[in-house]
Amino acid sequence: MKKLLSFVLFFLAGSTLYAGGYRVSIQGQRQLAMGHTGVAVISSAESVFFNPASISFLDGKMNFSLGVSGIIGETRYENKTYGIAENTNNPLGTPFNVYATYKANDWLSFGLGIYTPYGSSVEWEKDWAGSHLVNNIELKAIFVQPTIALKISDKLSIGGGAIYANGSVNFNKNLSRSLVDIDGNRTNVTIEEKGITAWGYTIGVMIKPIEKLNIGFNYRSKVDMVVEGGEADFENVPSSLPNDLSDGTFNATLPMPAEITVGLSYEFCEKFLFAFDYNFAKWSEYEALTVEFSNDIGISTNPRNYKDSETFRFGLQYKACDKITLRTGIYFDESPVQDGYFAPETPRNDSVGYTGGLSYKVNDKLSIDASFLYLHFEEIDNSYDHYQEGGQNVPFEGTYKSSVIAPGIGISYKL
Amino acid sequence: MKNIKYIAIIALGLIACEPELDNSVEDAGFYSAGTADFSTFVSVGNSLTAGYADGTVYLEGQKYSYPNILADRFSHVGGGTFTQPLVSDNIGGLILSGNPIPGFDTRLVLTGDPLAPANLDEIPTTEVSNILTGPFNNMSAPGAKSFHLLSDAYGNISGVETGTANPYFVRMASSSSATMLGDAVAQNPTFFSLWIGNNDILSFATSGGVGVDQLGNTNPLTHGPNDITDPTLFHGTYDAILSGLTTNGAKGVVMNLPSVTSIPFFTYVDHNPVPLDAATAGFLNSANAYGAYNAGIQGAFAYLVSVSAITQADADLEIIKRTIIFSESANNALVIMDESLTDLTGINSDLVSMRQATPADLILLTTGPVIGTLAIEGDPTSVIGVSLPLNDSQVLTESEVTMITNAQTAYNNSISMLAAANEDVILVDVKAAMEQLSNGGLSSNGVTITGVYATGGGFSLDGVHPTARGYAFISNIILKRINEEFNATIPETNTGNYPTAYID
Repeated sequence: MKKLLSFVLFFLAGSTLYAGGYRVSIQGQRQLAMGHTGVAVISSAESVFFNPASISFLDGKMNFSLGVSGIIGETRYENKTYGIAENTNNPLGTPFNVYATYKANDWLSFGLGIYTPYGSSVEWEKDWAGSHLVNNIELKAIFVQPTIALKISDKLSIGGGAIYANGSVNFNKNLSRSLVDIDGNRTNVTIEEKGITAWGYTIGVMIKPIEKLNIGFNYRSKVDMVVEGGEADFENVPSSLPNDLSDGTFNATLPMPAEITVGLSYEFCEKFLFAFDYNFAKWSEYEALTVEFSNDIGISTNPRNYKDSETFRFGLQYKACDKITLRTGIYFDESPVQDGYFAPETPRNDSVGYTGGLSYKVNDKLSIDASFLYLHFEEIDNSYDHYQEGGQNVPFEGTYKSSVIAPGIGISYKL
Repeated sequence: MKNIKYIAIIALGLIACEPELDNSVEDAGFYSAGTADFSTFVSVGNSLTAGYADGTVYLEGQKYSYPNILADRFSHVGGGTFTQPLVSDNIGGLILSGNPIPGFDTRLVLTGDPLAPANLDEIPTTEVSNILTGPFNNMSAPGAKSFHLLSDAYGNISGVETGTANPYFVRMASSSSATMLGDAVAQNPTFFSLWIGNNDILSFATSGGVGVDQLGNTNPLTHGPNDITDPTLFHGTYDAILSGLTTNGAKGVVMNLPSVTSIPFFTYVDHNPVPLDAATAGFLNSANAYGAYNAGIQGAFAYLVSVSAITQADADLEIIKRTIIFSESANNALVIMDESLTDLTGINSDLVSMRQATPADLILLTTGPVIGTLAIEGDPTSVIGVSLPLNDSQVLTESEVTMITNAQTAYNNSISMLAAANEDVILVDVKAAMEQLSNGGLSSNGVTITGVYATGGGFSLDGVHPTARGYAFISNIILKRINEEFNATIPETNTGNYPTAYID
C-alpha cells in the first residue's frame, strides 16, 4: 500500500491538460485523471468523446457524465536585450462536458456529447511589447456530438457520430509596433464573431481480443471554423491616414485539425487498470492565420506553419476500495509550434502533463469524480520571425515559460 | 487518509506557483550599473533634452525625451524616479496669463490630403504662470543657450515678454532668481547628462543668419537672441556648468553638437528648385530683367579695378559668382541676397548684393512654401526666389554656414577637451550619429531612420528636432557609451516601438 502511494504521489508531482495549439484536452474528469487516456477504456459515458464504439460495452441501460474544470494558466515572457518582463493575465478557462448514453438493445447504443475541445484565452497587458502580435485572444468552441454504436460481437464494436461545432472568436492586436493617433493611443483592431458553425464527425472501433485487454481506435475529422463577414473594429486610427482603416468586416478560417488516437487498456492484479493512448493531430493544416479585411488592409497573412504533433498518454486506475477509485496519469505533449513561429497568442512549447484524481461512489448509481491537472512547460527561448514591417521580417524574441493547472469536478450516473 | 493530506499539500503548492524563469531580468544583479550610480539622474539641456518635437513641447514628446528613455533603462540598474516638468496637453504651445505667447505655437502634425505638416488648430492650455513644484530631474528649457544655464534672470516671469527669461524654465524654476544649473546641482545628482550649446549656433542658423557672429565678445549680456556665441565665452561657460555638475563626484555623459548640414531644416529645400520654360528663362536673362544686372556688375567691377579697389582676379571671380543666368530647365538656382558680396549700391543703387544660390547655400525649410509665390499680388516681377531674391532671413549663405561651422568646431573642441579632462565624464559623439543619419540612415530593431524630412522617421516635423524614434536611437547610442566606459550592462530600448511623425 505504501509503495502504491508513493507511486501515485510520484505521478502527481509530475503534471497536465493542454495539447498544443489551442486544443484543450479536458474532455472528462475520469479520463483526464488518467492522463486523458481513454480510447480503450470502458468506464463511463465519457467514452462518447474518447471512443464512440466503446459505449456498446458500458454497464447499465443509461449512463451520464458531467464535469467542469477550471484552467488557471499563466505565461511569463522576458526579453533580455530590452529588459522586458511580462505576465499574461488570463481569465479562468472553464472547459465542460456533458455525456449521455442509452443502450437500446444488446447491439445498438446511442449517445450524446456536448464538450469544449478547443479554446484559448490569452490576455497580455494592453500595449505590451508584443502587442503588434496580440493583446488578447479568446477562442471558444462547443461541440455537440450525437452518437451511435453497434456491437458486432462480444469482442468488437464500432461507433461514430456527427459533430456540430459552434464557436466564437475575439482577437485584439495593435496594427503595428508604432502607429498611434496624435495623443499617442495605439491603433488597434478587434476582430469578433460569434455563432460560427461547422460540421465534422468521429468514428471509433473497439476490440476486446482477450479478456482484460481492450484496443481502441478513434478518428476525429478536421473541423474548419469559417468566419464570413465577422466584425472588424478599428480603434485610434489617425483620421488623415491616407489608407482606409474604417470599421468593417473580416473573413477568416481557423482549422481544428483531424486527430487519430489508438490505444489500449489492460486490467491487472484485479484492482488495477493501465491505459495508453497515442494521439496524432494533423496540425500541419494550420499554415497561416489569414484574415481578409474589408478595408484597405486587405489580406493579412500571419504564417503559423504548424507541424503535426504527437501525444503519448499513460494512465493508471486503482480501485482502492468499494467506494474509492484512485487515478493518475502522465502525458507527453508535443507542441505543433515550430521554432521561429512561436507567437505569443499561443505560447505553447512541449509540455508534460501530470494528472490525478479519484471517484467516490456515493451509491450504486452515483459517483463523484474529481481530477487535477498540472501542465509543466520548460523555459524556452524562441521567436516569432514572420511579422513584417515595410516588407522586412521583424522577429519578436524572448524567453517564455508557461504554467497551467486545472482542477475539475464532475459526476457519473448510471441507470 | 494520510495520503489525501499529502495530495492536498502538493496541490496547494502547485496552485501557488507562477511561471518563473531561472534567470529573470527582474532578479537583482541581472543587469549591472558598473561603476556608475544612477540613483539620482539629472539631465541638463535645451529643447533636445526636453523632448521637444514638431515645433513645441507636448506630453507625448516629453514621454519620449531622451533622458526619460534613459531613466527608464536606468531603472534596471538602480535608477530612481525621474520627474519632468510636464505640460498640460498634447496640443503644445504656451499661454501666459491666458494669452498665447507669440512664437510658441501648437505642434505640427501631418494632416490633409495629400498629407502635409500643419499646426494643430487648437488653443494651447499650458499656462506659464502656473509654476510647478520641483525639483525636476529633467532640467531643460527649449531655446536655452550655454550661458543661459548660469543666468539668474532666466526663470523670472517678468522677463518672458522681454526675452530675458525662458517660459519653460519659468514654469519649473525653484525661485524667480534660480539658475538652471543651480536647480540641477541642488538635486545632488549621482549621474547627469549634459547636452548644451546647440542654440548657441542654431538660433542664428534658423533665423537665416540675421544675427551677428559674436566672435571675440565674451560678454553674454550683449549677445542678441540670434547671435552666434563667442567660443571663448562658450568654453568658460561649459567649464563652469561641468564643474557644477561634477561637484559631488557625479559621473555623467556630455553630448557634442551636430552640424547644421545634417538637419533637414537646412537641407530639405534644394538651392535649385525653379522650373522654367524657354520663354520665361529668356525673359529673365534679357536686358529687361537680370541682363541689366549682369551688365551692370561688369561695369561696376571694371570701375573698381580701375581705381585699384579690387584686383582683376577677385573681380573676375565675383562677376562669375554674381552673374544670373536662367535656362529652360527644371533646376534653376534661386536668386538670393548675400551680404558678404561687395557692396556695389554706391556705384549703382540697382546693383544689390544678390547672386544665384549654390549647393553651399542652405535654403530654410520654412522658405520652401513661399518659393515661386508672388510677394506682391498681381505683380509678376515679384516671384519670390526668381524675380525677387530671397532675403537674408530666408537662406543661410555659404559665408554664414562657415561662421556656424567655425563656432561649432570650436564648441565641440571645448566639449571634447573638458570631457577628457574629467575621468568621470564621457563624451557621446552625437555629431557623428547625426551625420550617419543623413548619409544612409541608422538601423536597429527592424527600423531604419534617415534625415529625410517628414518621411525619414528621424526628424520631427519641425525639421530640427528628432522624432520619438530619433530620440530612442540617441538614447541607445548614449547607453552604449555608458556601458562601455562605466562597465555597465544596461539594456537598450527597442527603437521599433517608438512613433515617428504623427498623423492627425
